[in-house]
Amino acid sequence: MKLLKPILAVCLFVMAAPALAVEPSEMLRDPALEARARDISEHLRCVVCQNQTIDDSNAPLAHDMRLLVRERLMAGDSDRQVIDYIVARYGDFVLLRPPWQPDTWALWIAPFAIFALALLGLFSQVRRRSEAAPPPLSADERRRLNQLLTNAKQPPPGTGVS
Amino acid sequence: MIPEIGRFALILALMIALAQTILPLIGAARRDARAMAFGDVGAIAQLFFVGVAFGCLMISFAVSDFSVEVVATNSHTSQPLIYRLAGTWGNHEGSMLLWVLILAVFGATVALLGRTIPSTMRARVLATQGLIGVGFLAFLIFTSNPFARLDPAPLQGNGLNPLLQDPGLASHPPMLYLGYVGFSTAFSFAVAALLEGRADAAWARHARPWILAAWVFLTTGIALGSLWAYYELGWGGWWFWDPVENASLMPWLLGTALLHSALVMERRESFVRWTLLLSILTFSLSLIGTFVVRSGVLTSVHAFAVDPQRGVFILLLLGVATGGGLLLYALRANNLRSGAPFSIVSREGSLILNNALIVTAMATVFIGTFYPLLIELLGSDRISVGAPFYALTFVPLVAPVLAGMAVGPMLKWRSDTLANGLRKLGWAAIAGALAGLISLVLTGARTPVAAVGIALAVWIMAASVSIVAKRIRIGKAPWLESTRLALALPRTVYGVVFAHLGVGLLLAGLVAANAWKQELTSSLQPGESLRFAGYDVQMLSVTTGTGSNYEAERSVLSFSHGEDIAFLLTPERRFYPDREMQTTEASVRSNLVANTYAALGERGDDGKWTVRLYRHPLAIWIWLGAAIMALGGALSWSGGLRSATTASAKSAVMAAATSP
Repeated sequence: MKLLKPILAVCLFVMAAPALAVEPSEMLRDPALEARARDISEHLRCVVCQNQTIDDSNAPLAHDMRLLVRERLMAGDSDRQVIDYIVARYGDFVLLRPPWQPDTWALWIAPFAIFALALLGLFSQVRRRSEAAPPPLSADERRRLNQLLTNAKQPPPGTGVS
Repeated sequence: MIPEIGRFALILALMIALAQTILPLIGAARRDARAMAFGDVGAIAQLFFVGVAFGCLMISFAVSDFSVEVVATNSHTSQPLIYRLAGTWGNHEGSMLLWVLILAVFGATVALLGRTIPSTMRARVLATQGLIGVGFLAFLIFTSNPFARLDPAPLQGNGLNPLLQDPGLASHPPMLYLGYVGFSTAFSFAVAALLEGRADAAWARHARPWILAAWVFLTTGIALGSLWAYYELGWGGWWFWDPVENASLMPWLLGTALLHSALVMERRESFVRWTLLLSILTFSLSLIGTFVVRSGVLTSVHAFAVDPQRGVFILLLLGVATGGGLLLYALRANNLRSGAPFSIVSREGSLILNNALIVTAMATVFIGTFYPLLIELLGSDRISVGAPFYALTFVPLVAPVLAGMAVGPMLKWRSDTLANGLRKLGWAAIAGALAGLISLVLTGARTPVAAVGIALAVWIMAASVSIVAKRIRIGKAPWLESTRLALALPRTVYGVVFAHLGVGLLLAGLVAANAWKQELTSSLQPGESLRFAGYDVQMLSVTTGTGSNYEAERSVLSFSHGEDIAFLLTPERRFYPDREMQTTEASVRSNLVANTYAALGERGDDGKWTVRLYRHPLAIWIWLGAAIMALGGALSWSGGLRSATTASAKSAVMAAATSP
């Protein structure tokens, strides 16, 4: 608990500091490799910050992580290998896209399950209601209704609009 | 002396809120007009006393009375008056006082403008508003006293967080709170309907103006927040799926669903129970939004423990409001009759789909926001849920809502065919397809998904315009006749048109600015230049200067085509000594085609400054769209308010005429 305040302070400072994240000095010479690095960075979270990617943050740790990504890319890793390498060091917490594993199954399935349930519930409600509705008029009934309506156009005496 | 008056006024407001809760309820049960009338009096008196308290705090900030603790920790004599005043709500205690003030404002408007609401209903609405007031006033008085004194008083205060010293963020919280707290009226109307055992079209007519008002404010508040993030945080983003942002998005989504279902209730007396349920849940989410931001629970579960008293108190309020509301709903909702039948392809059917999708989208944001917390509590590995998650879940859920919102308004109530609805959208479809094709060609077919997004946006905009076109028989009737029809159209129709048009604009802006943004980070020193987005960008100078309470490094960048300077950008870095904080002030040149954005970074060891440049095509459409959506809501609101008063007057006349 004692550790928390400094961490919060750091986070607040990071939020406040001019967030010029990727520094020119960090960038790779090869534009294709740099583009891949940027792409990977956008999916990795700076672990000491509030919901910032390592690309956006200028916390020292984010700086280290950015360099790490570029180091691995220079060493010839594939994107997947780079991410695996970072996850091995910092845990699943760095992944802004949560992995598909038993404790996140619920997270991934929930949106679609909820939609299916919502649709089912609402439409069954509609069905029940339209079943409860009276059947449409028969031809004979419609003729009689028309007759009534035409008669109603000449209001009987004493029922003027009040 | 003034802080004590404020504190005393708060205590009086609490007493009045208690009476405002109890008396009108008894009055409504016994049909006692005098007891019911206390609802009106109480609501207005509560506004007066909370207003006095808020004024006292504001005065303390204005005169920099550092013997008041929140002033000492959140203000500084060097701040300009406007930010000393904005500091009133730039802290926990003050912002909760603002919350209560807005609650009182809404209560008083129900009392003053809601004259046409049946008296028992109004009494119950005001009693519920009173009860919410009791909870939050108690929270203020017992856990977050804004008038706590310091002895000895410091000579100087700590200053307002520099990030908050900005017009965007000074006005963002009041707008957001007007939205959050505005939904308390929806909640109160729902509770009153459940107590009354009656919810019909008239209820919807009375409740909808307040729901609309809340929605308009929330829309504006969220837009201001994202605009602020865009130019103040300095890396050119406007939405981060941050828990705090999600907390405001959730009630907005549910409020949007509520707006639409209340419309069905008003026109067709269907969706009655569903509308009441949404009213309760939307306010719950507003409370959750308040809770999330105020307790700090989402930074980490552990942050919650830093100040558990407040967190537990808000959690308790949340539990009582949501639990109580839902319990009442479970007990009473079945007594409410459900409305007219309709087939699946109909205006009602389309709105069911709209509601199902929006509610699911909201649930997705909810789960995405709170799942990491749950995982952490269960003690497994910590996980993060960020933008890539929402891109895979939220976006596909919202896409059909966007595609369908063009079709829904074209369908008839009760029963229609899809072909019938689509037939009215011929030229909207052509416009959409053309726009998609053009953007595909212009961008060299690199981003087909974005082209689809643009097609969708134009389809929505064209469809909203064609709502009016159809109604005023443009091209079919003589020009004068069309004009006459256009002037005679109810404001609520224009409300729908503008709100949907705004969504189209917003979507186009989001898609274009995300898919076709250009960025360049480089280091420059005065005299040096580089190429960016077709411009020659030259750093002309970097100068230092001082503002009222900060030191600034200000750079001037010229953007030119060839010889002619097209425009200058002046990104700044500011250092606020009283808080020892650095902020960026990005400089943005904005027009309908694109935003050109520059931010200034640190000076490197080589003496050069880091400069970050962005070009965001159509970015201004995001906020323009939000503003037009809000305008649409406001139009519907004014139209609805008028029909609420006239319709009730009419039904009162009818009732008087038919009664023996």
